[in-house]
Amino acid sequence: MLADKDRIFRNLYGFHDSGLDGARRRGAWDGTKFFIDKGHDWIINEVKASGLRGRGGAGFPTGLKWSFMPKNDPRPSYLVVNADESEPGSCKDREILRHDPHLLIEGILLASFSMRAHSCYIYFRGEYIRERERFQRAVDEAYGAKLIGRGNVHGWDLDIIVHHGGGAYICGEETALIESIEGKKGQPRLKPPFPAGCGLYGAPTTVNNVESIAVVPDILRRGASWFGSLGKPNNTGTKLFQISGHVERPCVVEEEMGIPLKELLEKHAGGVRGGWNNLLAVIPGGSSVPCITADVCDEMTMDFDALSKAKSGLGTAAIIVMDKSTDIIKAISRISYFYKHESCGQCTPCREGCGWMWRVMERMVKGDARKAEIDLLFDVSKQVEGHTICALGDAAAWPVQGLIRNFRGVMEDRIDQRQKALKEAAE
Amino acid sequence: MTEKIKFTLDGREVEAAPGETIWQVAKREGTSIPHLCYLPQPGYRADGNCRACMVEVEGERVLTASCQRKASNGMKVKTASERAKKSREMVFELLMADQPAREDSHDPKSKFWNWVDAMGIDAGSRYPAGERPVADTSHTAISVNLDACINCNLCVRACREVQMNDVIGMAYRGHGAKVVFDFDDVMGSSTCVACGECVQACPTGALMEARLVDKETGKRIAYEDKSIDTICPYCGVGCQTTVHVKDDKILYVDGRNGPANENRLCVKGRFGFDYIHHPDRLTKPLIRREGAAKRECLIPRTRDEILDVFREATWEEALGKAANGFKRIRDTWGPSALAGLGSAKGSNEEAYLFQKLIRQAFGTNNVDHCTRLCHASSVAALMEGVNSGAVTAPFTAAQDAETIIVIGARPAENHPVAATYLKQAAARGANLIVMDPRGQHSGIARYATHVLNFKPAHDVALLNAMLHTIIEEGMVDVQYVQAHTEGYDGLRAKVRSFSPERMAPVCGIDAETIREVARIYAKSRTSIIFWGMGVSQHTHGTDNSRCLIALALVTGQIGRPGTGLHPLRGQNNVQGASDAGLIPMVFPDYMSVEDEATRLKYEKLWNTKLDPNRGLTVIEIMHSIHEGMVKGMYVMGENPAMSDPNVRQARQALCELELFVVQDIFMTETAWQADIVLPASAHAEKLGSYTNTNRQVQIGRPVISLPGEARQDWLVIQEIAQRMGLPWNYQHISEVFTEMTSVMPSLKNISWERLEREDAVTYPCDAPDKPGNEIIFSQSFPTKSGRAKIVPASLLPPHELPDDEYPMVLTTGRLLEHWHTGSMTRRAATLDALEPEAIAGLNPRDMKKMGIDPGDMVVIATRRGEIVLKARADRDTAEGMVFIPFAFAEAPANALTNPQLDPMGKIPEFKFCACRIEKISAPQPAEAASAAE
Repeated sequence: MLADKDRIFRNLYGFHDSGLDGARRRGAWDGTKFFIDKGHDWIINEVKASGLRGRGGAGFPTGLKWSFMPKNDPRPSYLVVNADESEPGSCKDREILRHDPHLLIEGILLASFSMRAHSCYIYFRGEYIRERERFQRAVDEAYGAKLIGRGNVHGWDLDIIVHHGGGAYICGEETALIESIEGKKGQPRLKPPFPAGCGLYGAPTTVNNVESIAVVPDILRRGASWFGSLGKPNNTGTKLFQISGHVERPCVVEEEMGIPLKELLEKHAGGVRGGWNNLLAVIPGGSSVPCITADVCDEMTMDFDALSKAKSGLGTAAIIVMDKSTDIIKAISRISYFYKHESCGQCTPCREGCGWMWRVMERMVKGDARKAEIDLLFDVSKQVEGHTICALGDAAAWPVQGLIRNFRGVMEDRIDQRQKALKEAAE
Repeated sequence: MTEKIKFTLDGREVEAAPGETIWQVAKREGTSIPHLCYLPQPGYRADGNCRACMVEVEGERVLTASCQRKASNGMKVKTASERAKKSREMVFELLMADQPAREDSHDPKSKFWNWVDAMGIDAGSRYPAGERPVADTSHTAISVNLDACINCNLCVRACREVQMNDVIGMAYRGHGAKVVFDFDDVMGSSTCVACGECVQACPTGALMEARLVDKETGKRIAYEDKSIDTICPYCGVGCQTTVHVKDDKILYVDGRNGPANENRLCVKGRFGFDYIHHPDRLTKPLIRREGAAKRECLIPRTRDEILDVFREATWEEALGKAANGFKRIRDTWGPSALAGLGSAKGSNEEAYLFQKLIRQAFGTNNVDHCTRLCHASSVAALMEGVNSGAVTAPFTAAQDAETIIVIGARPAENHPVAATYLKQAAARGANLIVMDPRGQHSGIARYATHVLNFKPAHDVALLNAMLHTIIEEGMVDVQYVQAHTEGYDGLRAKVRSFSPERMAPVCGIDAETIREVARIYAKSRTSIIFWGMGVSQHTHGTDNSRCLIALALVTGQIGRPGTGLHPLRGQNNVQGASDAGLIPMVFPDYMSVEDEATRLKYEKLWNTKLDPNRGLTVIEIMHSIHEGMVKGMYVMGENPAMSDPNVRQARQALCELELFVVQDIFMTETAWQADIVLPASAHAEKLGSYTNTNRQVQIGRPVISLPGEARQDWLVIQEIAQRMGLPWNYQHISEVFTEMTSVMPSLKNISWERLEREDAVTYPCDAPDKPGNEIIFSQSFPTKSGRAKIVPASLLPPHELPDDEYPMVLTTGRLLEHWHTGSMTRRAATLDALEPEAIAGLNPRDMKKMGIDPGDMVVIATRRGEIVLKARADRDTAEGMVFIPFAFAEAPANALTNPQLDPMGKIPEFKFCACRIEKISAPQPAEAASAAE
């Protein structure tokens, strides 16, 4: 269990003052100038050395991502913070924005400086209205205290522009988010070019998750080795876990990477409703990752590598727990509906495929299908995966794949029952 | 030289230029990768959304869209790997699921179905169909069947990025995403201008030419049996087209990749071709019946009415009668009793032969054409200033311009394809300054950085104030002025009194705006000026043009890419016809008829004594007829009875002619007064070269055969020449062109063979194997001194000012859908359906004041006549003004216009005269009347 002294988000639950004074008392904005004086590359190297992997879902090494930013480019560089937290199950960024905004603002300054950016855009999820207000207040405080802005005490001019989205899931995709900031319809761009080469307004851009940026000041203050010493190799540091579904006490909690799932659920969430043996499956990383079955959960640790080995993913570490009362087909069908609804409609496999998968899933819920259609469904999900402009296609395909891989028997039973019922009704 | 990129394509080492995509390289290497949302044509960016062109790149987790992905060094691409193939097939299968089955599909031969065939996909989908949208048949030109739509968004790019019309959009999200017009309106009530770019781009038949589609079933019913590359018959842009023909009838028209249009067309070019098949076409020579009086009146529409006045005759009789008649008049009254009006719609060869006939056989220089009514004053000013009547840069130069001034021109209506280049330039950041007394809300003003709606006919005040600012604020390019111009001091003295502050109340634009615009124009790296009839059609049209020329010269904004002077020429061949000498003062290539050396050259060449005096211009000819000086006239393809100012007088004049021969394709308002009417060839029936506004000489090819006994125009001219005793014996139209190249230095290095091969060559051209020079005057000017002449202009009021009796200002012009006098477009079904009746555009505030509702009939009267037509609320028309298009025979705007001429260009003041409006109280509807009883 993570020791209190190793916590980064010390006001995660909002028990203390989220304003500048409170943040300062918890150590924020301490030594910031000192880090800046050490230079752009020092910060990037520290973040690299800490082993921090992106907290938005893909787990790409953050320091490495920053190092892709061109150094001698005549165009301005931009940092964009992705606060469009919309993945079903995810609610960690919200707590940071509400209660520890200054950690994020300090992180923005340090990250922007390391990438030679003088402007940072932060893109808020449409529904995060209070969060945006709270964060804007903190930004205003930081401007007022000359911590950011032109001619600030840190010697690196920085503007933070708060941008409020319209409430589309797809705008959490980094290039769709960039399009949206530019005032266009939020539709992902084709890659390459990647944002580091041609991003916001055609300039080099890095898009980072809120949590990835908010942990940076503490990494610098306590040292890369401290962060690296937590968790497991290649999966270092602390992580905000969000536990929802069939547990006694759903919560958001900061824990060490690689904590066993069972321990996490039992220590912080009061355990699975009806006991561990009542567990059916867990979606470990937000709605888009494939579910894992209860027997896999027994030994599972919560980190990128272990979960991907189990053909699932850590994602945003949004753990959706389902006990044995769950109709798993219906649950996944609901997720299919979500992706069908949120597909931007730009590319064929996603626009047509998501709709189609959902329609078939609806029939699977009723068992109103042929068994051969399970293979067809799997086949289509494999054709959608990796063939779309952005990862939404993957996100729509994976839950269906996870269902078929893990619960094929349940699906077949449902079809059999339906056939039987129809036969009985006919007789 | 930039490095070539080396990569592996299907196991072979290949090279790519930087920026080249995988798809392009594969295509070059002979591999056709399926594609739906990608249109490898100019203007269409790859969007990569259909995912039909996906290929596998070794080492990458996901497949990549080959249409968009640029090749990079060392990349290993597999275009036909199992994974790529399977992914493509699923794309097609998914798309097919929501399509009507092929046998019921709207166009079973669409690109989509062709790819289904090519990929060997078993037609049919394993997936259930979604909901099908219903057909939208609201538009007269375009049929919309979105059940065939695959959301490839080519139509969106066509509408927004290629034609810049911003009507089509992709609305909603995910599976609900759909193509919409404006705010999801039906196409017929949207702001669509029917350019049809979307129809040409659509790969599925979701958008098709309505005339190809059966209204009941929504299926395409006609396919072409041949397709011919030619050019558009309408405006001076000179769009290249491919005309698709079935059973000797034009089925539909596509844009082709010409230098002036890059596949684009407008509503006229794409949908306005069917006039040639109209039953009104003249198919037999007609001779006026004995005793049939000449009356100036509206033209009859029926054949019977025509045959009451004319009788059908043989060519032999008609030609004999015409030639003998001309000979008789020439021999009795002398050559100056004859005149000829050629046409800017005919080919260069026809124009050349026509002026040659008038000069050689008639023996007079009384030969003119409609350039007199459009850009005569511009040409006069340009000849005076730079000794060249053509544009100094093509309109495509707007792409290189930092600042674009458009004054007195409405390109979105009159040069729609040229307008797309201006809009594109503005969209990529150029300053677009629109100066026009009428607004251009739905036109280019939407893209403009500055819109100056100045007071009508006060161009000189505005332009001189700009010149004043440039000089006063030291923005003159002194070096350029010293090296390349003369007359600068005169200009400086002249404009000293034209301060923006003084001119602001005169022209109606505040001083600061005038200064700002002058600064932007002068200080930009490259600035170009476009102008049109709004500048030229004034009694001070030449002065207006002089100011524009002075602006370019004092700032050195000429002779470089992205700079220059471009009077947008109206007719498809007005440039060519002028070049060919269809002008009373000059021989071909603007060589003065008064210049002895030139005259001697032609006398030797044509073996005749030639008239050493300038001839009469269009309007002067009409006056001369009235005065009994001109007694015989030959008109080929012109319609002065509609296009001349104060048209009643012109029609009376035509009635007074002793012999009047008209050669045309329809019984026009002019032909109605003729003694002999010769049925001629339409553009689509003949071979010839045409010169567009960009100085591009292009070839037009026959696509269908002549109707009835109609003949090729050039052969008719030759027949008359031969019958008048000239030894003409041209066997082929190319021989005429070859003769032209021998006498016209401007056509040097352009041979007929080259035209046939290249389809378009810009003049002047330095060598037979080099492209022509698009930008001219980069070194010097073709004047005697090599310098351009700056001519200052004074402030002159328009000839007829509003007063108590006639308090409003009348201005005339064109509509997008109708061409000039309407003889073609009123007979084109689609165009006439879009704009079916005569209208007068009035400012909504004026209408309110006068109690006129849209659709009310109004009488518009001037000192010369009155017409009755429908009022239209038009926010583009300024308060106190009336706008009337002159295309409508039932309410001819030119019955009202003022025939006063510009002293130099001899152009009438079509753009300004005083008028009065009265509402006609509506006749009581029958129902209301009976209810009252």
